[in-house]
Amino acid sequence: MRDKPMIDPEFSSIWTLWKNGQIDLTTPLRSPGHQPLQALKEVEKYRPRHSWEAYSQYVRKSTLLYKIAATILCCIFITLMLLTVANLPRYGDPNAPTINEVSERYIEEGTEETGAVNTVAGMILDYRAFDTLGESFVLFTAVCSVAVLMNLSGKRQHIKHTKELINYADDMIVRGVCRLLVPVILLFGIYILLNGHLSPGGGFSGGAVLGAGLIIYSMVWGEEKASRVFPAKLVRLVVFCSLAFYCLAKSYSFYTGANHLPFLIPEGAPGHILSGGLIMPLNVAVGFVVCFTMYSFYMFFRRGRL
Amino acid sequence: MSFVQNFPFFSVILSLLCAVTSFFLDARWAKRLTLFLLCTSIGLQGSVLSFCYRNHMSYEYLMGHFAAPWGNEIALGILEPLFALLFATVMLCCVLGGIKRMERDVFPGKQSYYWIMVDLAHVSLLALCYTNDIFTGYVFIEICTIASCALLSIRENGRALIAAVRYMVFALIGSGLFLIGVIFTYSITGQLLFPQLYETIASLWEAGTYRFSMTIAIGLMVVGLAIKSGMFPFHFWMPDTYGRATPASSGILSGVISKGYIFLLIKIIYRVVGIEIFAASGVQTLLLLFGIAGMVAGSVSAIFAKRLTTMVAFSSVAQIGYIYMGLGMGTQAALIAVFFQIFSHALTKPMLFLSASQLANVSGGRQDFRSLCGAGHRHPVAGFTFTVGALSMVGIPLFAGFIPKLYFATSAFGLGWKTWPVLLALAVSTVLNVMYFLYTTILIWLPREEGARNHNRVMPQVETIVPAALLAGFNLMVGIHSSALTALFTQGIDLFCQ
Amino acid sequence: MEQLFGNLLYNYEEVVAVILFSIGFCILLFSRNLIKKVVGLDIMDTGVFLLLASRGYIAGRHVPIIVDGITTAEYYINPIPAGLVLTGIVVSVSVSALMLSLTVRIYRTYHTLDVDSLYMMMSVSKGGKQ
Repeated sequence: MRDKPMIDPEFSSIWTLWKNGQIDLTTPLRSPGHQPLQALKEVEKYRPRHSWEAYSQYVRKSTLLYKIAATILCCIFITLMLLTVANLPRYGDPNAPTINEVSERYIEEGTEETGAVNTVAGMILDYRAFDTLGESFVLFTAVCSVAVLMNLSGKRQHIKHTKELINYADDMIVRGVCRLLVPVILLFGIYILLNGHLSPGGGFSGGAVLGAGLIIYSMVWGEEKASRVFPAKLVRLVVFCSLAFYCLAKSYSFYTGANHLPFLIPEGAPGHILSGGLIMPLNVAVGFVVCFTMYSFYMFFRRGRL
Repeated sequence: MSFVQNFPFFSVILSLLCAVTSFFLDARWAKRLTLFLLCTSIGLQGSVLSFCYRNHMSYEYLMGHFAAPWGNEIALGILEPLFALLFATVMLCCVLGGIKRMERDVFPGKQSYYWIMVDLAHVSLLALCYTNDIFTGYVFIEICTIASCALLSIRENGRALIAAVRYMVFALIGSGLFLIGVIFTYSITGQLLFPQLYETIASLWEAGTYRFSMTIAIGLMVVGLAIKSGMFPFHFWMPDTYGRATPASSGILSGVISKGYIFLLIKIIYRVVGIEIFAASGVQTLLLLFGIAGMVAGSVSAIFAKRLTTMVAFSSVAQIGYIYMGLGMGTQAALIAVFFQIFSHALTKPMLFLSASQLANVSGGRQDFRSLCGAGHRHPVAGFTFTVGALSMVGIPLFAGFIPKLYFATSAFGLGWKTWPVLLALAVSTVLNVMYFLYTTILIWLPREEGARNHNRVMPQVETIVPAALLAGFNLMVGIHSSALTALFTQGIDLFCQ
Repeated sequence: MEQLFGNLLYNYEEVVAVILFSIGFCILLFSRNLIKKVVGLDIMDTGVFLLLASRGYIAGRHVPIIVDGITTAEYYINPIPAGLVLTGIVVSVSVSALMLSLTVRIYRTYHTLDVDSLYMMMSVSKGGKQ
């Protein structure tokens, strides 16, 4: 690569140094005038040093190459995918390979073995519970990552957000309707949570509805009030307790299963709300995790901290 | 069923509980929990490994009350605990070596999140090693991706954020392609667990039905994992990502996380698809060609790199190209070489990143090659570990990097048309490696004038010396006593590819 | 040709799903605005969920919630893809939140959302320090 004049002359690659003979490996260096700079500062300032236009021309040429390559790639990709889809088993076919002994057992013996009337809930929280454990931790990881990125703590609390143009609490209609609506939403979310094993629902959908209720509360009555009602300590405590309960309950189930020990939690009668072994408590735990995760996302985006 | 067989499950649950508890506690306790977790994990994996080795057995551990196709399970023999042990050890060394730098780079209120991310990366690597189910593999791949993005972007540095965005775009494309491959495979076979998938795919291939869709599905899964681990045309995220992160994060990402994806890929090739079908589908040849291209392109880019960590990151591309070339060769001898290369790269690359950051520290925080002249005299231990790492990457005998290159060369004979490209690529890439690694090594040991010698000399701290020196020690040990490790791999492969 | 385009007309849901996936994929690759990349990612994930959900459907059968005590497998559709879609949706929400928070942070630092300008800033400026 030729030595472009726009590059900082101190900053050359090995190839350039070698080619220009600027570093001779056979003699010791004799330039004590090269002073190393001060130690690392905490935050680097962005300071472009050389010509933007010349460098942007170089970038534009490589972008063109990237665009051509990416277009060809996308065309090939779309063609291959359509051909593959054309060769899959027919949509809605009762003789498809996916209808095998696995799905038959989930439906036929699912209720007796897991106690859940909703076979999908029985599948994700009993048969294939390890996947769901991983999935709850994906949410937890995302909350931690967003906290890492958005958290304005310490010395950056002085950064002001854009001012609120609309104060929802002043509007009579919004305030009045939400005063009636938020309790109904929360109640509906709790209903979905508790009935996950009896009807469509479960931890994830119930948690999402509960989270939506909390977000509306925070939007309308203001973020200060919401953060007084749900302080950061409380949110962390609830998330910690729910996830820890989930881990411990599921590890009891996995341990007794793998070592062929008896599982002491009763299945209950299918159709009753207190049935399904561990499924209902796990739904509640997952529901709380999802609810507070959604609420935390909203609060981190809005004000940088819970 | 002996109690030791529960240990992999215990280590997974322990990691998850440590991550959740660190969320609730402050940074000091989070650090202690993580270090406790990593040490315990090393002990647990080591005991499982010795148990399986002594009894020469592999077993499945039910995750739940239901047996294989209906419930989930993890399976392990000799190789899985061995690699889990490697990953835990390297993570511990990286984390210990980078603590001081991390505490300087990262805002104090956020340090507990750093430890949570290390815990989560650890649990996802364990799960990727042990999983016997393809969808569980996908879920833990996602945890790993999000955790590595957080490890990257935790620095208060704008450039790290741009590097993180680029990394996430590539990683999410890879995950999306992998998921589509899993869905196609499920549509055709109806199974999600490895043993059942293996039988079904074999019988479908013989019968000749759905052959085109199956090839595309296998190709999509392989390409998805290849994008995430940095195979040749998809490596553009690597130099910025590894170059801009804190040294502990670069070490963890380059040394351990990319190897986790590669190990899952090897499991899919050998235990889901089967090596005969993989060879017949043509994806194997593709891996060979891209691996060879990566070996050459990575080294050429390293020669033109302007910063030390960028150069080390490009050499990662080249070393991962070796792994893909070995997977493309397809024989058992090549597979032993691949495992050895994974081992030696996982031990060496974090050591290179840690020493590179130390060398830059004593050169006033600058990473261009002029300032690094004579840096070895300013920080002798970092210079020594960098030298060990560089010599290992080049492939000098006595170091861990020599053995896989030797095994690649010996296994290249008798492969038909593949022999000559492989041998040529090995030769060319060794010459290129020498060009930049030996040059840099000599550069850092150049004597400087007496007056300038004590300039900016930072007293080396114990916490940063010991981990890098430990890794150097492991490197030399593996290089000298390689036959024991080779025997372990051979025995493990017998249990692995049934 | 017939065997190459065998089920293309019958698998219309999967075709739409794959087209959605490809549109999202192209947006993710080609778009210069970071927010549009996140939108492309969401469209890509939507295509994946549609593909997975349509794999579970069997013509003429009912939702897999046991009603009236009928437990024969021929009465219900396949419950497995529904569970897998649930996991996929959660993962998609998590990565979208993460990408959006990265975007907001980048905007606060650099006041631009154009990836080309951001890459140029990363390369051109004095990047000697770690």
